[in-house]
Amino acid sequence: MKAQSIEDRLDDPWSRLMRASIAGDEGAYRRLLEDIGRSVRAMARAAFARARVGDADIEDAVQETLLAIHLKRHTWDAGQPLAPWAYAIARHKIVDALRRRGRQRVEPLEDFQEFLAAPEGEDPHALSDARRLLETLQPRQRDIVTSISLDGQSIAATAARLSMSEVAVRVALHRALKSLGAAWRRSVK
Amino acid sequence: MRTSELIAALAADPVPEPIRLGRRVAAALALGFVVSLAIYALMMGPRPDIAEAAQTVRFKLKFVDAFAFALPTLLLMLRLGRPDAKPKTLAIWLVAPLILLLGAAVVELLVVPQSEWLARLVGTHSRFCVRMIPTLAAPMLVALIIAMRAGAPMHPALTGALAGAASAGVAALLYASHCPDDSPLFVATWYPLATLICVGVGALAGRRFLAW
Repeated sequence: MKAQSIEDRLDDPWSRLMRASIAGDEGAYRRLLEDIGRSVRAMARAAFARARVGDADIEDAVQETLLAIHLKRHTWDAGQPLAPWAYAIARHKIVDALRRRGRQRVEPLEDFQEFLAAPEGEDPHALSDARRLLETLQPRQRDIVTSISLDGQSIAATAARLSMSEVAVRVALHRALKSLGAAWRRSVK
Repeated sequence: MRTSELIAALAADPVPEPIRLGRRVAAALALGFVVSLAIYALMMGPRPDIAEAAQTVRFKLKFVDAFAFALPTLLLMLRLGRPDAKPKTLAIWLVAPLILLLGAAVVELLVVPQSEWLARLVGTHSRFCVRMIPTLAAPMLVALIIAMRAGAPMHPALTGALAGAASAGVAALLYASHCPDDSPLFVATWYPLATLICVGVGALAGRRFLAW
């Protein structure tokens, strides 16, 4: 059967997690983003070292990549493996991050497989620009993002606290994440 | 903000309705085409002798040229909307319209006496052609750029340039039925010039609006 062979070919862990995420499995999505984050971190560290740029902005590159992956999820073709797609986005965002540090010419980055094999955990002390960029959001959006990310509140708890419906909170969260992506992009120039 | 905190926010954001880039681009092109068609109807319309002209090879060839250009540029633009695009095999098809144009021009040089070459190349409506193809292309270019904002092109300017090229190709399909100049010498000179304008505008628009 044709469908079966496609399933086999795409049975790598990332593609499987992404399919589960699209089907609505929040835990799978969290795991996928953490996994991708670890590989992108290793990739960003190698690229930053080669460009002789300090590692202060590595976490920015990781987070910008994860946000872009989230906002551009629909451009993944479910008939293709996820890793090359995620790698292309990571490369794009790491090059952006290096340009922000004044590097006009960026050497091509190595094969993603290498970084899949050597993932790197998050430094608990590394903070990104995201908090500064949060300041550019509307107060209500900022409140919602802060509540869910920094304070670890659920959608339901956030909705109750702000006297909003859960749907309204989700819509506001999605708009806020889009604005955050745009703010990050503007900060490149 | 720590990355784990960002991930918490991303995971809480529900799965959106899947965006099908192909459908979105097709709908945008159709919408833009309707506006272009209205401009065509108001400003041009088919040439009066279209029934006789339609019998000639030269007239028909204009549509083949335009179609052979519009189709691969449109598909290539769509392909580049994905970050992991591998467009090489598709890009080869861009050579087809060039070969058609050049081949037809060479045949024309062989079958037409030298004294007529210049008159055929200059034609009667060259400046109108160079103005009207971009005019007809504009609504489709705007629609394609808006639709492609949902994509994630690694090369925004190139993707925008292809949107301009595809719009010019479809515009040429319309314009060819108005244009009284059928010589391949004319077509190979002025149509590409008009297309270049659209490609340039598309590249600028792509760099500005398709970056992500």
